[in-house]
Amino acid sequence: MFVVRNRRFFFILTGILLVASIVAILVIPPRLSIEFTGGSLLEVSYEGDRPEVGLIHDEVELLGLGELSVRESGEQNVTIRSRTLAPEERTELLSALSLGGTASVTELRFNSIGPSLGNELAIKALYAIMAVSLAIVLYIAWAFRGLSRPVPSWGYGLIAVLMLAIDIIVPTGFFAVYAFFTGAQIDSLFVIALLALLGYCVNDVIVIFDRIREHLKNNERDEIEEAFDVTIGKSIDETMGRSINTGLTVVLALLALAVIGSEATRNFALVMMVGVAAGTFSSITRSAPLLIPIAEHLEKKRALKEANEKE
Amino acid sequence: MRYIPAVLVLLISGFFGWYVVSPDHPIKLGLDLAGGTELIYRADTSLIEVDKPGALNSLREVIERRVNLFGVAEPLVQLEQSSAVAGAVEDRLLVELPGVTDVQAAVDAIGATPSLEFKLISAGAAVVDGNIEPSFTYLDTGLTGRYVKKADLQFGSAGGAGIANEPIVLLTFTDEGGALFEQITRDNVGESLAIFLDGEPISTPVIREAIAGGTATVSGGFTPEEARELVRNLNFGALPVPIELIGSGAVGPTLGAEAFEAGLIASGLGFLLVALFMIIWYRLPGLVASIALVIYVLVTVAIIKFIPITLTTSGIAGFILSIGMAVDANILIFERMKEELRRGERAHEAVRIGFARAWTAIRDGHFTMIISSVILFWIGTPLVQGFALVFGLGVITSLISAVFITRVLLLAIVPHEANRIWRFLLETGLYRHKGSELSTNKN
Repeated sequence: MFVVRNRRFFFILTGILLVASIVAILVIPPRLSIEFTGGSLLEVSYEGDRPEVGLIHDEVELLGLGELSVRESGEQNVTIRSRTLAPEERTELLSALSLGGTASVTELRFNSIGPSLGNELAIKALYAIMAVSLAIVLYIAWAFRGLSRPVPSWGYGLIAVLMLAIDIIVPTGFFAVYAFFTGAQIDSLFVIALLALLGYCVNDVIVIFDRIREHLKNNERDEIEEAFDVTIGKSIDETMGRSINTGLTVVLALLALAVIGSEATRNFALVMMVGVAAGTFSSITRSAPLLIPIAEHLEKKRALKEANEKE
Repeated sequence: MRYIPAVLVLLISGFFGWYVVSPDHPIKLGLDLAGGTELIYRADTSLIEVDKPGALNSLREVIERRVNLFGVAEPLVQLEQSSAVAGAVEDRLLVELPGVTDVQAAVDAIGATPSLEFKLISAGAAVVDGNIEPSFTYLDTGLTGRYVKKADLQFGSAGGAGIANEPIVLLTFTDEGGALFEQITRDNVGESLAIFLDGEPISTPVIREAIAGGTATVSGGFTPEEARELVRNLNFGALPVPIELIGSGAVGPTLGAEAFEAGLIASGLGFLLVALFMIIWYRLPGLVASIALVIYVLVTVAIIKFIPITLTTSGIAGFILSIGMAVDANILIFERMKEELRRGERAHEAVRIGFARAWTAIRDGHFTMIISSVILFWIGTPLVQGFALVFGLGVITSLISAVFITRVLLLAIVPHEANRIWRFLLETGLYRHKGSELSTNKN
């Protein structure tokens, strides 16, 4: 019952977390990777001593490929980002990177995305997230269709999606801060992390809602009058062990990926871990308690309506 | 009797395990893990008024032939359409070349015009394995498709050149080409002049006399379709549909292998951590769940190998998440089981009821996941699709594994009445639970 009794505190905490995340996203927006904006990325590995980045930059500048960024990555690697390069320009860039043949470079990866293609990927990613959210509301509204009092089934769907919005905004806010310090960019794997989080969090919320559904049904069958917030408090207490343990196992599984994975998967795992932690916390402390104000509001309206009908 | 299903489950899992470790069917790895080049072209179909699908198909065929000449194992050439969500619909051609890391070489090979070459055959003899065998050497004449002004399709008529109704490709050379052709034929009367298309000899007519006038006919036993295609390819210069490179990517073999290895080790380590946690916290059921998870992984990997699904980095991410779902299903069940035990249910009954009670939550959770992955597969980009496919598959397997494998195994092991040792084994947490705390619930 701790959560239900202190729900105001948790609502405020959520608000602060949300505002902080949104501020972070607006003030230090993470950059989109070339997959979404179009452009080229070339990562090479130097054998032996890696030349100074400044030196590489000066050499590459001579090609006149427009604005580009040269960054060190890992121990031996250098990543160059630029506008969309043609295959011949890539060959020129590679030979420039070898500093006129004095350094031995190996091409690790090259990506070149035209602007139209990049734009399409970004739009598709957005559509995917929205479509999945919509499907989730509809499914939950359907799965909980037997429930009408005190909150109708669409209320559960609505709250689930509200939770999902929070679960996406908070990790994105974290990523904005993380990217500010590491130069990470929003890439397809980040979008996949968000999609995976959507899945994880909705599952978390469903488990708690499932408990509420069961208690409501049992109460109705046994003709027990129980205040709605008591039912919710009970449901949260009973599912808390499961929520924490599941969150813990997923974090454990991701921990390995975060520690030994490549740079790309490390970002993925970090975003996921933050998201799972935030998601577990949010579904325990917020999803079900949010039903209470809705229930109160609906009860008030119902009472008002009944009073009106009497007159 | 209750052991029979459990033994069956273990036997079937053994079969899956054997399939997974058998080296005959290696897992297909995507370009990001195996290394390779991906090229995305936009096909400009604005000038094609009739039979657009046909033109695109012949484009794919031409490119496929050129890619095959490149000598790559298992190349992929496929037509795609950009999705309508991003404005005007474009036709695209996607080329995947595993193992190739030189983007420019690949682009050059694909963008090349069809190669038509005329080569003289000089007969000779060579010693092969101690036997003298006739051999041919092809001599370049310098006459190629570059000198072809236009190509026409004709059919041989009775009494005229060629077999009746045989399709013939009539080549009209440029002035320069015509002169070259005349010179070659005059100098080599009686020899064979082989005609090569894309590196393959398609016909080797014997030169009977010097041919002036700047035209030549090629009759290589074509079907009418093949002849028509050749004429079209030659006339279009390059391709039936102009293409433009809009995206390309290459992953070096070392980076790919590193990513795969890291993913593999991370998955293995993650799995060990999860199993350790499950066994410490959930004791005997945790151990059973860990075994069920091993079976779960085997079944999923076997399906990935069998279909086969091409595994990419995003696919591995989907797989890890689906393992999370599978673990969660088990945790849900064990928590329920524990509640039933504490409420005073007998051990075997507690297992049974625990599964039944946890089912609705597992069902709803898994179904939302399945719906989500279907949507993602439907509208996603290839990377998202890779994730959605493996994840969706994993979730379906998880649903079966949690409610079937774990259940059958647990029901086989757990006795009807639990003594003190069994109670300890079925309890959870790091400490010994005192009595039935929850049965006198304060709520």
